[in-house]
Amino acid sequence: MKKQQAILEKDKKKESSEEVVLELQDLNKSFDDNHVLKHFSMKLYKGENLVVMGKSGSGKSVMIKCLVGLMEADSGKIIVMHHDITSLNQESLDILRADIGFLFQGSALYDSMTVRENLEFPLRHHYKKLGKNVNTETLVIEALKNVGLAHTLDLMPAELSGGMQRRVALARTLILQPKIILYDEPTSGLDPITAKEIIILMQDIQKKYNTSSLIITHDVDCARVIADRMILLIDGTNYAEGTFEELSASKDPKVKAFFKQ
Amino acid sequence: MEIGELTYFTIRFFKEVFRRPYEFKEFLRQCYSIGNRSLLLVGITGFIIGLVLTLQTRPTLMEFGAVSWMPSMVGISIVREIGPMITALVCAGKIGSGIGAELGSMRVTEQIDAMEVSGTNPFKYLVVTRVMATTLMIPLLVIFGDAIALYGSYLVEHLKGDVSFALYFNQVFDSLEFGDIVPATVKSFFFGLAIGLVGCFKGYYCKKGTAGVGIAANSAVVFTSLLLFIIDFIAVFVADIFYDL
Repeated sequence: MKKQQAILEKDKKKESSEEVVLELQDLNKSFDDNHVLKHFSMKLYKGENLVVMGKSGSGKSVMIKCLVGLMEADSGKIIVMHHDITSLNQESLDILRADIGFLFQGSALYDSMTVRENLEFPLRHHYKKLGKNVNTETLVIEALKNVGLAHTLDLMPAELSGGMQRRVALARTLILQPKIILYDEPTSGLDPITAKEIIILMQDIQKKYNTSSLIITHDVDCARVIADRMILLIDGTNYAEGTFEELSASKDPKVKAFFKQ
Repeated sequence: MEIGELTYFTIRFFKEVFRRPYEFKEFLRQCYSIGNRSLLLVGITGFIIGLVLTLQTRPTLMEFGAVSWMPSMVGISIVREIGPMITALVCAGKIGSGIGAELGSMRVTEQIDAMEVSGTNPFKYLVVTRVMATTLMIPLLVIFGDAIALYGSYLVEHLKGDVSFALYFNQVFDSLEFGDIVPATVKSFFFGLAIGLVGCFKGYYCKKGTAGVGIAANSAVVFTSLLLFIIDFIAVFVADIFYDL
């Protein structure tokens, strides 16, 4: 019954939008002789949870960093909400970045600032996006309530556990109300229970804000729960694509290897 | 290679410093942090330099019957050279390494990337504010260090030669000229600029994980110290042309 409901929900999502919000075309990136990404292409649809899986060092993080302009690709196109970010100037890129949330692998909270200041920081330059009458305090508290950590407002990141830090980082990502959220290994370094909490939180956020999510992970359990669609990144290429069920049933030895974990 | 990158970094600093938005709050926080945290160290160092310089020089001056020249000699040497140089070297160790380590750890833990991704300019927020703060605070610390060093020297003269406070400092100020104070103050600004720029540069482009943070802090101190001597030489050379020292 539950499975059927999940399938129905996925179908609904597919029907609701075929709009591409993010597209990589023929992306190449090398570090000296090491070709990390080779003609990599993919699309992310509106409201979709796309999981990109790959081994460590397969170029997942490089790909996601190219996507937000933290790294420059050698060639190829990166189209985010109809803008090719490789041809944008810094100012336009910064405006576009307000629509892209990024959850870093290690949370990346500013350790010299309190939780409140961490959440206020992205608002400093993007308050216009949220309207003139925006109340910073309300936004911060609402974002923290979304992740169940409203009581940590005046704590320093060092006073929080790993799972709490990840949730605060997620709240910081949400505060600008992004249309796309990029998750870089959202469950890595967390115990299975906390990892599950984070996955549930990601699902709740997706439902509440109808965001499109690109999730980089090598956690099969995370992929099983959250993926509408999956891409396997092997040797820098888009090796296989499909739903979790399709890929896990694949007979290709390279694909099989992922699901044997 | 590194000098080229540092030059590019410096050019970027001068471009960003005049561009809006200005991070006044962070700048003031850095001024307080850099100035206040270094006061004790600069004070103690200055005091000991004043004491030692006077104690070491006194016997030689006595041999030539020139002890009365002590305030002038100590005043000129501290204000022109020893004060700015010692203060800058102490600050390179304390502030330069601190900035290198702080920004380095922010780089390896992706905090700088997080700022960039949120559409904030981390260069402006982290680098411009720190470099501006060191450029402004080092000259103030030099003035403070000079005053403490002169006071240390006066204490020795007072205890050994029964010289009064007024007589000692009258002689110090009588011997100091415009050409002693202006070049020393101007070069202190450059010392501050160098400390901030090198510390930020090393930290901002820190690589190789946590080991890189240590390397960034260490190389910030080594490179800044070398740069301080080069700036000092240039400053003395230029001052010599203008003021005929």
